Amino acid sequence: MSAKSAFIIHHSAFAVEFTLNGSLISVEIDPTDRLLDTLRYRLKLTGTKEGCGEGECGACTVYLDGLPVDSCLVPTYQVRGRRVETVESLPSARLDPLLTHGATQCGACTPGVAMTSCWIIDHPDLLATHSVRELLAGNLCRCTGYDGILDGISAAMQGRP
Amino acid sequence: MQRPASPVYSPTVHRLEGLAKLTGRERYVDDLPLEGFLWGATVRSPAPRGRITAIRFDPAIDWSQFTIADARDLPGPNTIALIESDQPVLASGYVRHVHEAVVLLGHPDRAALRRAVAAVQIDVGPEPAVTDFRVAPRPDQIQYGADNVLKHLHISKGDVERALASAPIVVEGVYESGAQEHVYLEPQGMIAALEGDVLVVRGSMQCPYYILKALRHALGRDERRLRVIQTPTGGGFGGKEEYPSTIALHAALLTLKSGKPVKIVYDRGEDMAATTKRHPSLVRHRTGVTPDGRLLAQDIEVVMDGGAYVTLSPVVLSRGIIHAAGPYACDHVRIDGRAMFTNAVPFGAFRGFGAPQTHFANERHMDRVAARLGLDPAELRRRNLLRNEESTATGQVIRDGTDRRAVLEHALTLADYDSKRAAHVRHNVSSTATRRGIGIATFHHGAGFTGSGEVMLGSRLDVAGLVDGSIEIRSANIEMGQGTLTVFTALAAQRLGLDPAHVRIAEADTARVPDSGPTVASRTAMVVGRLVERACDDLRHRLDVDQATGDALRRALRGWHEKHPGAELVGQAKYEPPPGVVWDDVRYRGDAYGTFGWGAYVAEVEVDLRTYETRVIDFVAVQEVGKVLHEVLARGQVQGGVAQAIGWALLEDCRWKDGAMVNAQLTNYLIPTSDDLPRIRVAFLETPYAYGAQGAKGLGELPMDGPAPAIVNAVAAATGADPCAIPLTPERLMEVIEGRMQNAELDVQDR
Repeated sequence: MSAKSAFIIHHSAFAVEFTLNGSLISVEIDPTDRLLDTLRYRLKLTGTKEGCGEGECGACTVYLDGLPVDSCLVPTYQVRGRRVETVESLPSARLDPLLTHGATQCGACTPGVAMTSCWIIDHPDLLATHSVRELLAGNLCRCTGYDGILDGISAAMQGRP
Repeated sequence: MQRPASPVYSPTVHRLEGLAKLTGRERYVDDLPLEGFLWGATVRSPAPRGRITAIRFDPAIDWSQFTIADARDLPGPNTIALIESDQPVLASGYVRHVHEAVVLLGHPDRAALRRAVAAVQIDVGPEPAVTDFRVAPRPDQIQYGADNVLKHLHISKGDVERALASAPIVVEGVYESGAQEHVYLEPQGMIAALEGDVLVVRGSMQCPYYILKALRHALGRDERRLRVIQTPTGGGFGGKEEYPSTIALHAALLTLKSGKPVKIVYDRGEDMAATTKRHPSLVRHRTGVTPDGRLLAQDIEVVMDGGAYVTLSPVVLSRGIIHAAGPYACDHVRIDGRAMFTNAVPFGAFRGFGAPQTHFANERHMDRVAARLGLDPAELRRRNLLRNEESTATGQVIRDGTDRRAVLEHALTLADYDSKRAAHVRHNVSSTATRRGIGIATFHHGAGFTGSGEVMLGSRLDVAGLVDGSIEIRSANIEMGQGTLTVFTALAAQRLGLDPAHVRIAEADTARVPDSGPTVASRTAMVVGRLVERACDDLRHRLDVDQATGDALRRALRGWHEKHPGAELVGQAKYEPPPGVVWDDVRYRGDAYGTFGWGAYVAEVEVDLRTYETRVIDFVAVQEVGKVLHEVLARGQVQGGVAQAIGWALLEDCRWKDGAMVNAQLTNYLIPTSDDLPRIRVAFLETPYAYGAQGAKGLGELPMDGPAPAIVNAVAAATGADPCAIPLTPERLMEVIEGRMQNAELDVQDR
C-alpha cells in the first residue's frame, strides 16, 4: 500500500442483518456507518432526514426496538438483530390529524416529528408523568412554533379529525 | 372597517403537499436519486483578512483522485451578481472573512472528501481586521470606500432639531440586537449536472431567477444553456434568498471541471458557520414628548453590521430605517442609517429584513418613555398610534381604513392585560423566587418590495389551460413551508370555479416558468397571488368565455385544444402598481409600501431570580393583515414567526471569534423547543386590501417584529431592571439586574 492511498481509509465491509419496517434485511456496511446514512444512501429510504448530525434536532428519529432514537447517533452495526422502523412504516391515515391542524410547514423536521408524535399517541400512559411539550422537546421545528403539532397530537389522542 | 377573520378556504383545502411531508415521501435535494456523481466540498479561509500566501495540499493524499477548482477555473467574472458585484465566487489571492470559500474539491466518496478538506492548508498573511461595527475604523482597517460605510440612508420629516430643542421632555436610549442564525431544518444544498449542453442546477432555494442571473454572470453562459430548478425547500426564512447562488456556482464549477453531476450539501456546522445571518444592530433614540405623552420628535440613528461584502445590506438597512419610527404619528422625524463593512461572515436576508431590529429599539424605547412619564405603556401607544390620514416617517399618508387602536385593544382584551398587571403586583411582593410582568409592542410591516422595487421587478406569471381541461400555474415563487402551493391553488380554483384537483402548479423551473420575482418580502400571497388571479382572468378572456367557470370552463379548454392541436393556451399577467403609489428613492419620501400589516402583541413572562431564566408564559398575537386566505396556514405563519422571534429575544446567542460564529452547532446555539414556548394565541382582524389577492396583505414577516420588544418590556416590568439588548440570556439579565452593565451594552467578546 503506498503512502498516498493509505490516506483513504478502507474498512472492511461486512453484512448486518436486522428487521426493517417488518422485513428481515441484510446490508453491507462499513463499521463507521451511521444508521441514518445506511437508511438514506444505502437503502434509499430518504424519508428520514438529517438536520444536525449530532442528536439535537430529531429530524432523523426512527424507532429502535420500538423506542424513538436519533439515527444519526446510532452506528449501523449496533442494530444487528434488532427491529428498526422508519417514517415509511407509518400508515398515512394516522397522520391526518397532524395534517389538519397544521403540524407540517417546510417538512424538513416533519418525518421525525411524525415519528415522535405517533409514539406519544401510542403511549398515552406517558402523560401521567410528562407533558406532551416535554415529550416533543427532542424534535426541533423552526416553522410551526409547535402549536400545530401539539393540536394534531391532541386531536389524534381524542380520536378527533 | 375591520372585522374578525372569516377565512375563505379553511378548512376545506389542507396543505397540498402536507401528507407527502408527513410520510417522508417529499423529496428534498439530498433525497433525489443521482448516479455517478461527485460530492462537492469547500475549503475556506482560516483568517478574517489578508493576502493568501500559499495553498498547500498535503502530499500524503493522491490528489489526482479529486476534482479541484479555484477562482482561475471560472469562465466569467469572479463575482456573485447581486446589488453590487463585490463578492467573489471563490477568493482569489485575498480573503475578507473567515470561512470565505477559496478552493472546491469533488470526490465520489464523502468521507474521503471530508478528510481531504482538512488536508488543504490556506496560508494568509494577516492584515488588520474590523470586528466591531460600532467603533469607527482605524485608517489601516478601511476596506470599503473612505469610511467602511457600505450604505448610508437618511429620512427626514419636519424639523427635528427645533422640535427637540423646544420639547419639554427628551428621552434617550441605546438598543442593541445580536445576529441570528436561520436554522432552517434542511441545510443548504445544490446539485449541478450537464444535460446535453445545458447546465442544470437543482436545489433548495427561494429565488430561482437570482441563481440564474448569478450563473449567467460568473459562468459567462447564456440563459439557453442554463436551467435552475427548485427542489422542495425545507425552510428558508431569508437564508435561502441570496446565499444559494454561491453554492449553485460552486457546484456548477465542479461539474464543468469534472463533467460529472456534483452534489454539495452543507452539514449543520458548515451551514451555521459559513452562511448569512440576521444583521446585528445598534439603534440610538432621542425622543421629544409632551408630559401627557404625545410624540413631538423622533431622532433615530441606526447602525447595522453588514459583514465583509455588500450582499443585501443596503435593502435590509432601507427596510430597517423605514420602520424605525414605528406605527406612530409624529411631525418631526429624522432617521439616519448606516450599514458598516466588517470582516465578519456577511450578514443577509432574514425574515423581517431589518425591521425587527428597529422595531425592537423603538418599542423598547416607547416603554422607557412611558416609564419616564408615569404612563401605562398601552396608554402611550393609544395616544400616538397612526390614525387614518396621518403620515409615517417617510410622509406616506395612511388611509387604509384599519383601526390600529382596535388592534391594540383586541390584544389587550385577549391577554387580560389590566387584571394581569394587577395580579403581577401581588405576585411580585409575595414571591421571593420569581417575578412576573406583561409587555406589549405595537408595530407594522410593509408588504412587498420597498419603494419602486415591485415596479422594477416587473413580475410576470402564466396560467396555462391544459388539454385535459385542468390548468397549470407557472410561477417562480416557491414553497418553503409558508403555503404557496396551497394558496395559489386555492386562489386559482376560487377564481375559475374549479375543483382544486384540477389546478396544478408547475415546478419552479426557469426553463418553464416566467420570472414572477423572488419568494421574499411577504410578497407571495399578496403580490404574486394577485397575478395568479389576473392570469386566470386573462386565460378565460383568451378563451372568449369571460363568465365560464367550473365544468363549462373545462369543456371550453378541451374544445380549444381540439381546435388547436399541439398549441399552448396561456393566460398571462404582469405586475401593475396600485394607483397613486409614489416613491422618491433619492429623498426617501413617499409611499414606501403599497400597504402595511399592523400588529399588537402582548407577552407575559416569569423571571426566575435564582437562575435569571425568562420564561414566556402567555403570548397573544393580534394582527391586521387584510383578508386571511387560509386560517391554518396563516395562524401557523404567526405562531412560527413568534417562536422564531422568542428565540432571537431570549435564547439565540451567536458567539464570535474573528468575525466568525464559534458556536456553530445546535448543541450550543439554542433555538426554542416545544418545552420553551407557551401556546401562542393568534387573532386576526381584517381590512381587505384592494390590490392584494382576495384582499390579502403580506403576513410572513410581521410576526418577527413584535415579540422581542414585547418580551423585553415584560422582563423590565417584572424586574424593574432596564434591559436594552438582546438576546436577553440569563447571563446578560443577571448582569443587567446586578447592575454590572451600564444600560446593557452587548457582551461582545472580541467583536
